[in-house]
Amino acid sequence: MSRGTMLEEPLIFERGSAGRPGWSVGPTPAEPALPPELARDDDLAGLPEVGELDTLRHYVRLSQWNYSAATTLYPLGSCTMKYNPVVNEELARLPGLAALHPLVPDALAQGALELIAGLEGALAAVSGLDAVCLQPAAGAQGELLGMMLVRAYHVDRGAPRRRVLIPSSAHGTNPASAALSGYGVTEVPVDRRGLLSAAAVARVMDESVAALMVTNPNTLGLFEEEIEVIAAAVHAHGGLVYMDGANLNAIMGVAKPGDMGVDVMQFNLHKTFSTPHGGGGPGAGPVAVRAPLAEYLPVPRLVRRDGTLGWSDAAPKSVGRLHAFYGNFGILLRAYAYIARLGAPGLAEATRLAVLNANYLRARLRGTYHLPYETPSLHECVFSDRNLQDYDVHTLDVAKRLLDYGFYAPTIYFPLVVKGALMIEPTETESKETLDEFTDALLRIAEEARTDPATVRDAPHRTRVARLDETRAARRPVLRWRRTSRENTEESA
Amino acid sequence: MSYTPHSPGDVAAMLAAIGVESIDALFAHVPEGLRARAAIDLPAGLTEPALRRHLEELAGRNASSAAAFLGAGAYPHWRPAVVDQILLRSEFATAYTPYQPEVSQGTLQAVFEFQTFVALLLGLEVANASMYDGASGTAEAVLMARRLLPGRRTVWISRALHPYYRATVATYVRGLGDVELRDIPFGTDGRTDLAALRAGLGPDTLCVVVGQPNVFGVLEDVAPFAAAVHAVGGLAVTVTTEPLAFALVRSPGACGADIAVAEGQSFGLPISYGGPGVGLFATHERYVRAMPGRIVGETVDANGRRGYVLTLATREQHIRRERATSNICTNQGLCALAVTVYLSMLGRRGLRALAANNFAAAHAVAARLEAAGVARPFGAPFFNEFVVQAPAAAAAWDRLAGEGLVAGYPLGRWYPELDGALLVCVTETHGAEQIDRLIGTLATPARSARTAHG
Amino acid sequence: MEFPDDLRYTKDHEWLRLEGNDAIVGITDFAQDALGDVVFVELPTVGATLTRGQTFGVVESNKTVSDLFAPVSGRVTAVNQELRDEPERVNQDPYGDGWMIRLVVTQRDEVDSLLDAGGYRAFVASEQQK
Repeated sequence: MSRGTMLEEPLIFERGSAGRPGWSVGPTPAEPALPPELARDDDLAGLPEVGELDTLRHYVRLSQWNYSAATTLYPLGSCTMKYNPVVNEELARLPGLAALHPLVPDALAQGALELIAGLEGALAAVSGLDAVCLQPAAGAQGELLGMMLVRAYHVDRGAPRRRVLIPSSAHGTNPASAALSGYGVTEVPVDRRGLLSAAAVARVMDESVAALMVTNPNTLGLFEEEIEVIAAAVHAHGGLVYMDGANLNAIMGVAKPGDMGVDVMQFNLHKTFSTPHGGGGPGAGPVAVRAPLAEYLPVPRLVRRDGTLGWSDAAPKSVGRLHAFYGNFGILLRAYAYIARLGAPGLAEATRLAVLNANYLRARLRGTYHLPYETPSLHECVFSDRNLQDYDVHTLDVAKRLLDYGFYAPTIYFPLVVKGALMIEPTETESKETLDEFTDALLRIAEEARTDPATVRDAPHRTRVARLDETRAARRPVLRWRRTSRENTEESA
Repeated sequence: MSYTPHSPGDVAAMLAAIGVESIDALFAHVPEGLRARAAIDLPAGLTEPALRRHLEELAGRNASSAAAFLGAGAYPHWRPAVVDQILLRSEFATAYTPYQPEVSQGTLQAVFEFQTFVALLLGLEVANASMYDGASGTAEAVLMARRLLPGRRTVWISRALHPYYRATVATYVRGLGDVELRDIPFGTDGRTDLAALRAGLGPDTLCVVVGQPNVFGVLEDVAPFAAAVHAVGGLAVTVTTEPLAFALVRSPGACGADIAVAEGQSFGLPISYGGPGVGLFATHERYVRAMPGRIVGETVDANGRRGYVLTLATREQHIRRERATSNICTNQGLCALAVTVYLSMLGRRGLRALAANNFAAAHAVAARLEAAGVARPFGAPFFNEFVVQAPAAAAAWDRLAGEGLVAGYPLGRWYPELDGALLVCVTETHGAEQIDRLIGTLATPARSARTAHG
Repeated sequence: MEFPDDLRYTKDHEWLRLEGNDAIVGITDFAQDALGDVVFVELPTVGATLTRGQTFGVVESNKTVSDLFAPVSGRVTAVNQELRDEPERVNQDPYGDGWMIRLVVTQRDEVDSLLDAGGYRAFVASEQQK
């Protein structure tokens, strides 16, 4: 049953009727007679036959079931859900950029190549590193490249080494990327302040360690104050420092990774540099390196010869390639436009106001929600649900109840070092009124936990669907619509 | 300039609530040495109109109006207007990964539909929510085979698979140390040499990887390859840069493929200088726990209402950490949506019609070239791309492009033995005038040479 | 929370029931409660040889994944196939229908070094206080 403007809508496969013609660009020629071993024989049975208006309506209705950053605040820690400038959507669609084939001669792509060179230069300037590769399609792929570069560097010097050091607060992609590059992982515990200590790193650092992977500020939103000493200790044993740049929004114009001793880092353009999240991508995860690692960067490389830009494969020590072409160009374009719009002053201001906003939230919430670390927060703050334990209300319940108040939830249960973590990152594009509405909602929920915990525990109540049975989804996976099945919900629950 | 709304009054009120004198105080704990050197060396920002002018100027320096008969991994197709209208809806474009499913049902249901489309088209039982692109998807397929058959080490990979895809696989497996890539040559018909593969298969064979269509646009006979590798206990992987072919061509699943990978750009994504694309990835249901990437599953809510959630998450990086099936996190969500809308718009009939249109267009051009004396070296069936011998045009390729005609892609850059050959792609987007010009140029070697010398 | 007296236990929250020279192994009530709804169990093949402390499989819930560790050395003679379609048995009946593997014990003295019910109960109590 429909509720207000959130209409019902089945699967696209459950719409339409047999024989309806689809979108076409002209008369249909006779179908070719392919030899039997090559010919499709199911006539594409199962594909929908719907028509333009019903297709449009289908997806418009689906869109109305989503929250989005353009709908409401998304305070997800380490995701930097800042405003995605709509002008960039128009710029990405300029035919000169959107219709350009990647294999045209370089002379016919000078505009695109200037854009790529400009973005490479901008990321080098922000990071204080020397060379940039824009090919990785996401932060995780950038991280994988980072690990490959570490490996190539060490192999070139005699041996790949065996281990990578990773703080216990790290994002899950860190150990996954290390493993994919053939490294074992050694976890370094964070101290009582939530920070990596030089002593803890020194205890496990030796010549078998290829690299230390850090995030700065770390996943708790705290600046790793000992980073320079830590980096020096890693370098003293011939290791490299890889930085996960997910939290770059906290330090632009404040501290450069290159100055901290970082040798290689990845950026998330869909975080710090405002490209839209798209419901799960596309993003982009460029990598920047200090000069000694530049020769290992992927091919092709962008080079300038006699004032003209062109792609070069002349890189004998390159790790190879990660992408069919040059990376997610449409996303690179949007990030370039954002950086050009803001300029150096705008980027520095973004960081300052992001940190102001996060600290404002921290100040307003700390009396009510438990703050596990007194260490100063930068662009995000982490709370826990400890103060609600007496009412048997947990972080998950708070997150779900926030949805009823019209906000997306913060990141929950991460980082793992805080039990019941609630990680909140407002970003700089949120106004004080929005922050006040958000804190008011969280304070109300804390009050509800005391006076009416059942409402919080059974939340959400006002969304299109109530809490979903994730156990059932995993135990009895139904991963697609099937022609021969009836409605899957008709199976006994 | 930075899209920030703060007024001086706002800032003052917030500083007071925090209990500090200035924003600088919030950074006081960052080492002074770092702060002193942190100024970013970039110019000042631009207004929105100035930004627009700047990007228009850059766009204007790209020759996208040239008649380009280029495929080779990225294909020109018309996009229904509905696709962009949906992609421009902020509710889809600016949504996050659907970790809170109650407020993400739009994204989740669309991905469930995407997974269904991919499974149907590739003829396999389950598909994931997308990979970055076809090339990294191919690499991930090899990694998945390695998880399913631990201990086996040889990957047989066709030389007729797109060279950038082959390079990507090589990059991914290098760090593992326990996988060996071996080439399968192609024959004079443009197809992968089955006999050569058979001679190399053995108990250490992990998988075989073939393109369908392959880089030459040629349609392989996939079933015997799958049968041969199954006979030694290995897995069959197919890779497709132009999945429109499967509207007419037998699906990989129907030919015995265990994992099918494709680049989905043809289905509603602008070429956009090669990215973002979208990797389509499908396999058998029994292998689903080894499959990388996000997966959306159907379930019910507390009131029995049908809904969708991310599921089987325990394969993924945020839980398994170093034992994850992959490290993929953000994938190509909005691109998967584009594919879903596109395939819905064309539907069963529209897709077959479009494929027939492409097939006919490409074959008509090939026939006219043949009649004009331009030889095709490969005799095997093809879809919408084919190879011609045109040494003069290949040698003059850059200059012809500068004059407004991109005559396919010079294959000599990828295959030295095919120097002088051009890979020509013809789709529904190429008009009669452009086609006449292409044929005229290729059929008249002297014309290419004359053009080259001005 | 139940810890039957006739079983032996490990600090990795596995239980073992001795039947002659055979041992049947599963995870305890404490473990299934901590995991939450079990959605999948990955078990070894029949005939596999295990060493004490070695991983023999994986148990997955919605949010987490846990290795399963062999409490004693031995050779696997049976695995609980029902868990493939009904992993919830681990939650509902961890000591009965939720059993995981049966093995022939090759080092008898390893059984003696396992915790008894009282020892395991005390261990769980101390873990919960952390």
